[in-house]
Amino acid sequence: MFRPPTMTRFHTVTWLLAALPVLGILALWEVIVRALAIDPVVLPAPTRVLAATRDSAGLLAMHTRQTLLEAAIGLALALLAGCSLGALVTLSPFLRRSVYPLLVVSQTIPMIALAPLLVIWFGFGIVPKLLVVALVCFFPLSVAVADGLGSAEPETVRLLRSMGATGWQIFSKVRMPQSLPYLFSGLKISVTYAVIGAVFGEWVGAYEGLGILMQTAKNSYRTDVVFAAILVTSILSVGLFGIVAMLERLMLPWHVRGAGRQRKQ
Amino acid sequence: MARESTRTVQGDSAVTDAAAVGVVGLSKAYALHSTALPVLQDIRFDAAPGAFVSVVGPSGSGKSTLLGIIAGLEEPDSGSVTVGGTARRLGAVAYMPQADTLLPWRTALDNAILGLEVRGTPRREARAQARELFAVAGLSGFEAAYPSALSGGMRQRVAFLRTVLTGGSVLLLDEPFGALDALTRSEMHEWLLGLWERLSVTVVLVTHDVEEALLLSDRVLVLSPRPGRVVLSYEVRLPRPRHRAMTVSEAFVRDKALLLDAIHGVVS
Ligand SMILES: Nc1ncnc2c1ncn2[C@@H]1O[C@H](COP(=O)(O)OP(=O)(O)OP(=O)(O)O)[C@@H](O)[C@H]1O
Ligand SMILES: [Mg+2]
Repeated sequence: MFRPPTMTRFHTVTWLLAALPVLGILALWEVIVRALAIDPVVLPAPTRVLAATRDSAGLLAMHTRQTLLEAAIGLALALLAGCSLGALVTLSPFLRRSVYPLLVVSQTIPMIALAPLLVIWFGFGIVPKLLVVALVCFFPLSVAVADGLGSAEPETVRLLRSMGATGWQIFSKVRMPQSLPYLFSGLKISVTYAVIGAVFGEWVGAYEGLGILMQTAKNSYRTDVVFAAILVTSILSVGLFGIVAMLERLMLPWHVRGAGRQRKQ
Repeated sequence: MARESTRTVQGDSAVTDAAAVGVVGLSKAYALHSTALPVLQDIRFDAAPGAFVSVVGPSGSGKSTLLGIIAGLEEPDSGSVTVGGTARRLGAVAYMPQADTLLPWRTALDNAILGLEVRGTPRREARAQARELFAVAGLSGFEAAYPSALSGGMRQRVAFLRTVLTGGSVLLLDEPFGALDALTRSEMHEWLLGLWERLSVTVVLVTHDVEEALLLSDRVLVLSPRPGRVVLSYEVRLPRPRHRAMTVSEAFVRDKALLLDAIHGVVS
């Protein structure tokens, strides 16, 4: 696709602008910890966190793999559930009235209460984590899909009807493609929820994963390792978000974000 | 392209001898603030197979509503509408709405083949057909462009190509050239006339432009302000083939004055 030449320069500038405050805060943090000689158990300096990250790289990698696996599978389940529910709710007015309120109510259950119960019911394995991830992710996805499928312009639907299109053709040629930008917006929200959901699910009880690593590190006063695990969690979320954003750009080249000009003749 | 369907049309018309488009006593009202807003009243007209009929009238007189009803998208409150002798009209006509309604996620070329695709033509074949027409419509080089990268006039031409490619024996065009400059518009006129003669399709064209209506049509219907009634059904006697130079001829100017009078409500 055609890309304006200013684009890459623009990106460099935005990256710098985003990085500067972070670097500033890290520097300040380092200076304060050293100047006041704060106990590393209370607050380790950034350099110490980096060292811990390097020293426990193998350990972190193992737990990260588990968390990533849970986030990915949980998100896939949520995607499946979200797309089906979103589609059902759009296609059937009856389901819209009966299922939609249920979806909303499902979001009022505090995860902090539910997660320990899930561990009691399903044990320390992967299942309760997948459930936590799927439960926090499917809602934004089903809302996005429902809104997206419902956003087709009546004029366009009329045009296809005039061509003698079947309901399925209208769905597949208009409603589905129309809903993709909405789906990606939902995915961008869900993908960060997924990582946090997996970590939270592990925190409550697990054999493996960044959440349980944080738990055990905290209990053995390795605050630097806790911070290292937090760092990895953030990187994971940002990375997954970046992948979704990239997929969006690859799959929806026609969808120019921000420049939503829809000219009518 | 639509050549195949043309043959069936001629076959059909030979058998049934029905009007390609038949409108009898059509009335339509919409609900507005719980009162009925009459939009069309007792419309009657026929278009013989291969005829070119234009509908002119002031804004809001129900021209687009009429086309939508002929296309089968809506039913009249009273009266009957037939296309090719039957009341089942969805899928039987090629309809070009007033707004270009291009799909933003499809390239210009893939927008043009939408109708073909809906009717089951394989994509490869449909694209090949569309590609030929892109050159004729002055759109070559823009096959892979997304609608957001096209000018209003280009979008309109893509929508027009989509309609022509959709095929069928009846073309319903709702102000198809409104966004074009005079030069491009008269090119499109010539192309449409050529196409119409070659394929012997029936055309119902809605326009604001009296000159356009006269230059192209066999018959011009003038609608009154809302509720739209046919105040004049005028048979255009200009010889064919028509060309732009005719618009300054004495007969043309006289016809034009007559139509404008009818639109402005001067009883003749
Ligand atoms: N779906 C609808 N619901 C309610 N009112 C409608 C609907 N469609 C059209 N109308 C009304 O019907 C009248 C005629 O509309 P229509 O679009 O047919 O006019 P038109 O002759 O095509 O006008 P223009 O030349 O401006 O395109 C208008 O007053 C409009 O408000
Ligand atoms: Mg109109």
